[in-house]
Amino acid sequence: MDWRRFGFIALIILVLIGVVVMVGATQVSPTVIVVSMLATTISVATPLTLGALSGIYCERAGVVNIGIEGMMLASAFFGWFGAIYLNTILKVAPMPSLLLGVVAAILTGGLLGLLHAVLSVTYKVDQIIGGTVINILAIGITGFLNRQLFFEKGSIFGGEVPHAPGVLPRFHIPLLADLPLVGRVFEQQPIAVSAVVLVLVTHFVLFYTRWGLRTRAVGEHPRAADTVGINVARMRYANVIIGGLIAGLAGAYFTLESVPSFEPLMTNGRGFISLAAMIFGNWSPFGAWASALVFGAAQALQINLQFFREQIPPQWAFLQQAYIVGLVPYLLTMVILTGIIGKTTPPAADGQPYEK
Amino acid sequence: MTNDQMTHEMSLVLQTKGITKRFPGVLANDHVDFDLYKGEIHALLGENGAGKTTLMNIIYGLYRPDAGAIFLDGRPVDIRSSKDAIAHGIGMVHQHFMLIPVFTVAENIMLGSETVRGLMLDQRSVAARVRELSHQYGLDVDPDAYVRDLPVGVQQRVEIVKALYREADILILDEPTAVLTPQEVEDLFKVIRALADRGKSVIFITHKLKEVFAVADRITVMRDGRVVGTVRPQETNEAQLAAMMVGREVILKVEKGPAHPGEEVLRVENLHVFDDRGVETVRGVSFFVRAGEVLGIAGVQGNGQTELVEALTGLRQPHSGKVVMLEHDVTGKSPRSIIETGMAHIPEDRQRYGLVLPFPVTDNLVLCTYYLPPFARSGMLNHEAIDENSRELVRKFDVRTPSPYVPVSKLSGGNQQKVIVARELSRPIKLLIANQPTRGLDVGSIEYIHKVIVRMRDAGCGVLLVSAELDEIMALSDRIAVMYKGQIMDTLSADEATREQLGLLMAGVKEEQDAIAGQ
Ligand SMILES: Nc1ncnc2c1ncn2[C@@H]1O[C@H](COP(=O)(O)OP(=O)(O)OP(=O)(O)O)[C@@H](O)[C@H]1O
Ligand SMILES: [Mg+2]
Repeated sequence: MDWRRFGFIALIILVLIGVVVMVGATQVSPTVIVVSMLATTISVATPLTLGALSGIYCERAGVVNIGIEGMMLASAFFGWFGAIYLNTILKVAPMPSLLLGVVAAILTGGLLGLLHAVLSVTYKVDQIIGGTVINILAIGITGFLNRQLFFEKGSIFGGEVPHAPGVLPRFHIPLLADLPLVGRVFEQQPIAVSAVVLVLVTHFVLFYTRWGLRTRAVGEHPRAADTVGINVARMRYANVIIGGLIAGLAGAYFTLESVPSFEPLMTNGRGFISLAAMIFGNWSPFGAWASALVFGAAQALQINLQFFREQIPPQWAFLQQAYIVGLVPYLLTMVILTGIIGKTTPPAADGQPYEK
Repeated sequence: MTNDQMTHEMSLVLQTKGITKRFPGVLANDHVDFDLYKGEIHALLGENGAGKTTLMNIIYGLYRPDAGAIFLDGRPVDIRSSKDAIAHGIGMVHQHFMLIPVFTVAENIMLGSETVRGLMLDQRSVAARVRELSHQYGLDVDPDAYVRDLPVGVQQRVEIVKALYREADILILDEPTAVLTPQEVEDLFKVIRALADRGKSVIFITHKLKEVFAVADRITVMRDGRVVGTVRPQETNEAQLAAMMVGREVILKVEKGPAHPGEEVLRVENLHVFDDRGVETVRGVSFFVRAGEVLGIAGVQGNGQTELVEALTGLRQPHSGKVVMLEHDVTGKSPRSIIETGMAHIPEDRQRYGLVLPFPVTDNLVLCTYYLPPFARSGMLNHEAIDENSRELVRKFDVRTPSPYVPVSKLSGGNQQKVIVARELSRPIKLLIANQPTRGLDVGSIEYIHKVIVRMRDAGCGVLLVSAELDEIMALSDRIAVMYKGQIMDTLSADEATREQLGLLMAGVKEEQDAIAGQ
């Protein structure tokens, strides 16, 4: 992803917001619309950005990871469970409980990353199957434990969903949060901020450090990497585990930052959309971030579609049905991104086990 | 012998004793003893599948030997990985390059031996060191260029710089000249000599006997996994080396009688073809091939031959012009419909266009005919017929394979080529298009393929031979067309054409006939 394209995508997001402002200006003040749309954009984009970064670490090293969805779901659950357990049973204060919950989520992701690495690097199981195993495992385990721990009589929480310690609090980002009008957008929660920080860090790691060079080498041409003395298996293990840790952080977003509760299947396909963002972003951190933001903006547009009601002629009224409205962000994202990004190229050895 | 040479002779830098390596069904190395002196250029010759690459991979730590030992400077060493080999000062340029196309030259060179400043890669010091090495050995490379944009000759220089960057004292070059143009080969030899002069030792694998005499100090010949002998170039000649390699006399000269051309099988009219980047690489080519003759297309690689052949065989859509095969207009038709008119194709890139590498030999042998009886019956494959076919062809074409059921990727390069030749020539054909049919093959296999081409010609098949080897073109063709920058410079009768004349045409110089006559 070059800077020109990134700038272009930023422009498109602004255009989307501008359209809503224009249409909605008669009913709501522009500032309110801009702030609320930016806020939605960022919060929708947060787990997608993290999921895409997770995919980037794995696939840049040559391991396809379609298990990100499952990693997020399992982490969302265990992060949530950890925080509640600490807070209600061990009587830890809410804030440390939440933070330790985030740690639990990250570790859950890391463990599943390790599982994926064992399957795909050591046992050379088809990577799509490995990822599917993780997805199914996550759905099963979280569904089962959720029922057992929270809804069965005689469980540790006594069959009642305990009061949650809340969500991670917002904090002011110095300077930015003091801006007039849009300053509110920069009062953010920690996971949303860390997603942006991780985009920068990942870009730096991948393209400026020894680790990144070696990671990309094993994803492009593992044999060439092997002939210069790089341990392909070790590099792949490490990157898939890092990917898992980041997917774990994405999972924490759902139960510890967005809403203070867990529901079965609550990730709702976000892991797969992350992979789409990674692909649209051509396996680069900034590209993936931009794609996630476009999706977020499209979602923000959808939420504000009510403003368009009056503009719709009566014979098109069926467009207001929920399932059609629900399609809007997906269609919009697809049209915008395929139009701008064009052809993308995965790492050459993506998905191929390395045989000596 | 000068004093200096004497001291070189004295110090043995590398020695292998009794190296043995077995793959399922093949003994690739059988008690191999090999040695290398300081400052020596040691050529390693041998048939396809003789075990040369296997031996080098063992020395470079990519394979573990089943038995035997490696000594460096007289001390036994245990080389467990390429990392160990690099640490011991061994560098290798592989038969198939080990470069990452999307990385820059500098990134490829530093990979695995990076210098860092804090957390960041130190690109600048790498580029400086690369420039220094390029200058020192005459290896011109631009550290900031992307490898995917470089011609193979330059990629090879990158590989050599990569080894020197790691301070290799022993440099292994596995078939470095197979894909180079004659000029690039000359340049490479200069580099190799410069390396040897500075005390580096070079192992040089090739199939081309002329090259051995041009650079080698000593020559070791392998056959069937064993060392047949080590000789000095002064003590031997091409015929003797060929016989050592193959284990019998090889006829290096092609024997063929005069051609008896019949009717026209292929006619190409004013063909224009563009390559993938949209450059017009075939610019108005017209020629014909008759039954019972060989038309050779000579020319330095990259003058449009690849795109020409792709357009003829249906792999690439021509922009304009006409291709007529036995009265059928086949311009832009699908490969299958062209094949069905009786065209056979031995492609230039055998691994990409000739074979399905993970498929067994059996299936690769019916890739053009699997849907026809007897191989298919009412939409189902008839495995008995397919197996029977492969047993027969493996025997007839002497394909060396542990069994017809192994994936064709496990065969040595030469034997992969034989699988293609067997498939293409085993059905009724009217025209054979052979593009670089002997690239990477040993003298025995070349002799064999040349014989087959002459036999096809004598049986009344038309042959279009595209080759960058002038010797091959001159030995087989009845008429020779020279291609330069997408056009045919001239078509000569093979009896009249001289090496010099062809060489000039290949360089784009068209002699003024009258000017010569006037002198
Ligand atoms: N990884 C492998 N698995 C199984 N068999 C192999 C493998 N590598 C090589 N062989 C077999 O070992 C033998 C020696 O192969 P090798 O590649 O060393 O030959 P070579 O002398 O380099 O031939 P060429 O000139 O065609 O490159 C061949 O019979 C080949 O089929
Ligand atoms: Mg070889």
